Amino acid sequence: MANKILMPKLSPTMEEGQISRWIKAEGDAIEPNETIAEVDTDKATMEMTSLEGGTLLKILVPAGNNAKLGQTIGIIGNPGEDISALLAEVSSNGAASAAPAPKAEAPKTETPVAVTPTAEPNPKSEIPNPKSQMDGRLLVSPIAARMATENGIDLRTINGSGPQGRIIKRDIEAAMAGGSKSHPQSEFTAPKAAAGFREENTSKIRQVIAQRLTESIGPIPTFYLTVEIEMDNALALRKQINATLSEDEKVSVNDIIVKVAAMSLMKHPIVNASYRDTSIRFYDQADVGVAVAVDEGLITPVIRAANHKGFAEIARDVKELAVRARDRKLQPEEYTGATFSISNLGMFGIKEFTAIINPPEAAILAVGGATPTPVVRDGEIVVRNIMNVTMSCDHRVIDGATGAKFLQTFKQMLENPVLMLV
Amino acid sequence: MSELTIRDALNAALREELIRDENVFIMGEEVAEYDGAYKVTRGLWKEFGDKRVVDSPITELGFAGLGVGAAMAGLRPVIEFMTFNFSILAADQIINHAAKMLYMSGGQFNIPIVFRGPNGSAYQVSSQHSQALEAFYANFPGLKVVMPSTAADAKGLLKSAIRDDNPVIFMEQETMYGMKGEVPDDEDFTIPLGVADVKREGKDCTIVARSFTVPQSLKAADIMESEFGVSVEVVDPRTIKPLDIETIVASVKKTNRLVIAEESHAFASVGAEISHQVMENAFDYLDAPIKRVSTVEAPMPYARNLELAALPSVEKIVAAVKEVCYI
Repeated sequence: MANKILMPKLSPTMEEGQISRWIKAEGDAIEPNETIAEVDTDKATMEMTSLEGGTLLKILVPAGNNAKLGQTIGIIGNPGEDISALLAEVSSNGAASAAPAPKAEAPKTETPVAVTPTAEPNPKSEIPNPKSQMDGRLLVSPIAARMATENGIDLRTINGSGPQGRIIKRDIEAAMAGGSKSHPQSEFTAPKAAAGFREENTSKIRQVIAQRLTESIGPIPTFYLTVEIEMDNALALRKQINATLSEDEKVSVNDIIVKVAAMSLMKHPIVNASYRDTSIRFYDQADVGVAVAVDEGLITPVIRAANHKGFAEIARDVKELAVRARDRKLQPEEYTGATFSISNLGMFGIKEFTAIINPPEAAILAVGGATPTPVVRDGEIVVRNIMNVTMSCDHRVIDGATGAKFLQTFKQMLENPVLMLV
Repeated sequence: MSELTIRDALNAALREELIRDENVFIMGEEVAEYDGAYKVTRGLWKEFGDKRVVDSPITELGFAGLGVGAAMAGLRPVIEFMTFNFSILAADQIINHAAKMLYMSGGQFNIPIVFRGPNGSAYQVSSQHSQALEAFYANFPGLKVVMPSTAADAKGLLKSAIRDDNPVIFMEQETMYGMKGEVPDDEDFTIPLGVADVKREGKDCTIVARSFTVPQSLKAADIMESEFGVSVEVVDPRTIKPLDIETIVASVKKTNRLVIAEESHAFASVGAEISHQVMENAFDYLDAPIKRVSTVEAPMPYARNLELAALPSVEKIVAAVKEVCYI
């Protein structure tokens, strides 16, 4: 039976997508889960796969055109099938979403009429369902969700074996028994799991501080802390590291900043946290978002567990993610869910600036360029490479003193990188 | 213990209660001289006489009302409907009088009455005589609804129903009257109303079944065990109202999967109520959407092949269990 192919939700904020190109042409055979088109969303160019197999009978939205979520963009079915009724329905509905189910049928009971169980394929698995995993939603049975929470299993790493990829009890049991399979739909290696967390109930004083400051300044009462950092030792360290690395493995100053920030976050968990009204969520690893300028604006790919990674590994992650960010090939999970962000405009000659917090993160670090500056050391005027960083802090979580202590650690580590070993 | 049919277990319960309490009497169509349309009252008229076992005219509303009045006056009537399909004629006396009297009289009149008879399908009795009406009666406050599935349950629950001081709808199943089972001989053997029974223990999937679907579910459980290695627990609530939801929820928390098998139609059924209560009480324990096996949404066909296709069956229950177990 012929079915409509609907524009799926390919990013969390997408409302419509542009077909950048059809990979399949009319008349081409399609395997289940095969990529049929590339779609430009508001964030990235995503591959769109077909849930069911068949033949692409009709393309209704040609490449370069936009389609709203749920709009019919093509028709799949068996070769030679009559699709005039579907076409009429689509044209009369215009951009309407999925067609309403026929109403005249008698109310359906749960009971199949056929008597032999083997003659009954699972009906649900055959119904093409536009609200599948394709829209980025995770389908999880309640007991599976509960077991995953209790055992600290990240559901995003589990491959669901139920209908439409629903994660069910046996999938969690398999993951507990012997490591989970990575998600087959992603053509890239799955990013390391997002940060786990613990939550502490918000104290009354914390709630009052949050409420009063919010009334004063807006949803995120932000304040700014600036510190000067002498970067000579960090630059020397970078030189030493890069001397041992090949050209495409080189570590940038920003990679060092990411690592030092991640280590500082581990020492100051309050900065690696989110305000959640009745509780504050403390993340147990530093997932650092790194702002990357792209033609259309800005995107922040996430370096997962940067506190556990070495300079070279961070450098490699940043490069790979930045390239794909500029090519608009990032998957949603690669640019969402950071616990802290860094924005570096040093390469543009910016000395100092403030950045806007990306909620629910509690802080963002705005990094200026390291410039040779005359400073006084031991009564002498000497030239040092000075870098200004300004941290924007969510005052509902971070107070002046706690933010300052974080920056103190951050500054000390950058000025004396050997402290990173302590 | 004796091995009795459900029919004889019901007969024994009636006889023991007639002996135990002189206020108990039986009334209905053909219950006396003919020994009952399904022989549930066999021998009772001969033994207890006209005052205790009373043949009524074919007037369901009339003799149901007589029963309610007798109960108000202190007797304990057992009113037999030849089938519960005919109770629809008496629904005003059952729902508007028996169920409401205690409340509307400000607690002055208990109605210790039992309305009993076969419920659900039989063998090709077609659309008007094959209905399972438990959801209809269970919907009204003031009525208890009981549905036994074994000979022992039939005896123990009927005795409790007769001794209960409130109206009880006691639903039997015509095709099950001949099923045999071990029954305690003890005259004081009763089973409390509102207590479910785990008919078979299992760990992978729960089937909640009542009356007609209990034997089917036990067979389905055997098939799941032998052919698929799936361990199925069968829970029989026995009393629909009050419902022992705790036993059902405990089972679902253990197995994480639930199939409800029932002879009634699906819409607004007892299964729908159980499904809702499980969702409320055990949502976080479910691994699959709850599945129901019910009679199809159509009047019961007369033709035997269509009747079988319309009713729940072992095969349909097996298919439902496989679906919730993702097999």
